[in-house]
Amino acid sequence: MNTVMTKKINLQLVRNERREPAVQKEIVYDTKDLNLWYGETHALKNINMDIKEKEVTAIIGPSGCGKSTYLKTLNRMVELVPIVKTSGEITYKGRNILDKSFRVEDLRTQVGMVFQKANPFPKSIYENIAYGPRIHGINNKKILDEIVEKSLRGAFIWDELKDRLHDNAYGLSGGQQQRLCIARCLAVEPNVILMDEPTSALDPKSTLRIEELVQELKKDYAIVIVTHNMQQAARISDKTAFFLNGEIIEYDQTDHIFNTPTDERTGDYISGRFG
Amino acid sequence: MATDNKNRISVSEMIEEQKKKRKFLNQLEKLIPTLLLIIASLSVLTTVGIVYTLLAESVAFFRNVPILDFFTGTILKPLSQNPEFGVLPLLNGTIISTVIAMLVAGPIGMMSAIYLSEYAPDHVRRVLKPLLEILAGVPTIVYGFFAFTFVTPLLRMVFPSIEATNILSPGIIMGVMIIPMIASLSEDAMSSVPNSIREGALALGSTKLETTFKVVIPAALSGIIASFVLGISRAIGETMIVAIASGSSKNFTFDITQSMQTMTAYIVEVAGGEAAAGTTIYYSLYAVALTLFVFTLIMNLLAKYISRKFREEY
Repeated sequence: MNTVMTKKINLQLVRNERREPAVQKEIVYDTKDLNLWYGETHALKNINMDIKEKEVTAIIGPSGCGKSTYLKTLNRMVELVPIVKTSGEITYKGRNILDKSFRVEDLRTQVGMVFQKANPFPKSIYENIAYGPRIHGINNKKILDEIVEKSLRGAFIWDELKDRLHDNAYGLSGGQQQRLCIARCLAVEPNVILMDEPTSALDPKSTLRIEELVQELKKDYAIVIVTHNMQQAARISDKTAFFLNGEIIEYDQTDHIFNTPTDERTGDYISGRFG
Repeated sequence: MATDNKNRISVSEMIEEQKKKRKFLNQLEKLIPTLLLIIASLSVLTTVGIVYTLLAESVAFFRNVPILDFFTGTILKPLSQNPEFGVLPLLNGTIISTVIAMLVAGPIGMMSAIYLSEYAPDHVRRVLKPLLEILAGVPTIVYGFFAFTFVTPLLRMVFPSIEATNILSPGIIMGVMIIPMIASLSEDAMSSVPNSIREGALALGSTKLETTFKVVIPAALSGIIASFVLGISRAIGETMIVAIASGSSKNFTFDITQSMQTMTAYIVEVAGGEAAAGTTIYYSLYAVALTLFVFTLIMNLLAKYISRKFREEY
């Protein structure tokens, strides 16, 4: 009797351990009081948020709430809009990336991005993957071959594409193109992958494959995913941030956000009352 | 409402009424395809006519001058006692002037296109592009004059032995004339590369220059090649500038500081002279024109082939 009890307790312990691993996950991004303006429009207001390694962080919110803007601030792609101004700081591994002395190319080499619409280059599948390593000076054919295979395997698309590596990437289906873009991103071995609604243009089957892929990738990478699809956020993320009108309304463990949201507006949005 | 209905006839009745009036328009509608076909055929027919004339008169020329002598002869003396008709000096002049022009227009045009498409802020582009295109509106006679009276004296500072008429100065000025064509067409090709592709490259950590050269230009290559070929065709066909600034020496030489004649300038000279119809020199006009025509035709076919081969579709 007694032994059975201890066994149960042990199991409980094991379960708890699984939930809260003993090893503290390192913080990759730490955002402090970030404000961002497009000209006169105040698009992000006092954002404070930390993003940890080996976790999927989802950002949800209605259109125009600033979630994509925030994502693009994390690799400074937002600067492609010339009228952008920022204040506050985002530290990536301890350095403020908003500091102009931070070389944006270095940041983007370590932080990959997957876009809403698959954007392969109009080149062969092989050249798409090899592009990243090439611009960073890796030109050895043998090494490139290895990188291409490894990256395509990493995106679980190797078996589908291995016989047509030299075909144009534009001949692939939408879902394949998006996974190719993920593979292209993996080729430079980043630490973080930012995903901007990566499945919004895909059919359910392709979406599922990308979601499975995200689960695999989070073993090695920090993933930040912006999504319109709340079920998706609930399915794949560890933490969820709810953005509204440029502010973070709530940022917490995903199951907490979806089951017992603290803020009324979060609950309303999740239950589909607006958005 | 009810009274309204009585006074007004229904829309379908109105349409019925209009139908009768529109009978003529309907007839015309049926004739439109035929009419347009005839108009569209006009340019084709003209081309056929030109080719026919060129061929017919050239045949007359080749009766007097063996075709092999014409294409391999390096001596062109149409007006001497024992006239010789070798086309190579003219071909040489045309090719050299075109190469000089493209050496000027290619790099400058490309760099302008890159600046306009990838680097220039919006307001700069909106001013600069039309300004550049003004260059294309300068009459070629003005360019020729400019080459003769301004560029050649300038070149004399570098090459003191340069002749008053030479192939270098019109070559350079033809290049200047072609810059806007290459810049504008290449800029169009590069601007139409979707931004999402640029973003993809930038997000992988490429610099702007790497993105431009390794992603945007390859994607726009077919348009860029097309602009170069148009430029080359323009240089080959250019007449006034070379006629004025390069003189009419028919020497077979590779010295760019000397006067050379291009095929077009030869045609101007002979057509403007007093070549009587029926003489060999008169017929030589057509043989040279035919050569010119074949030249540009090959260029265009080549361009089609190259642009199809290098196409990166997006």
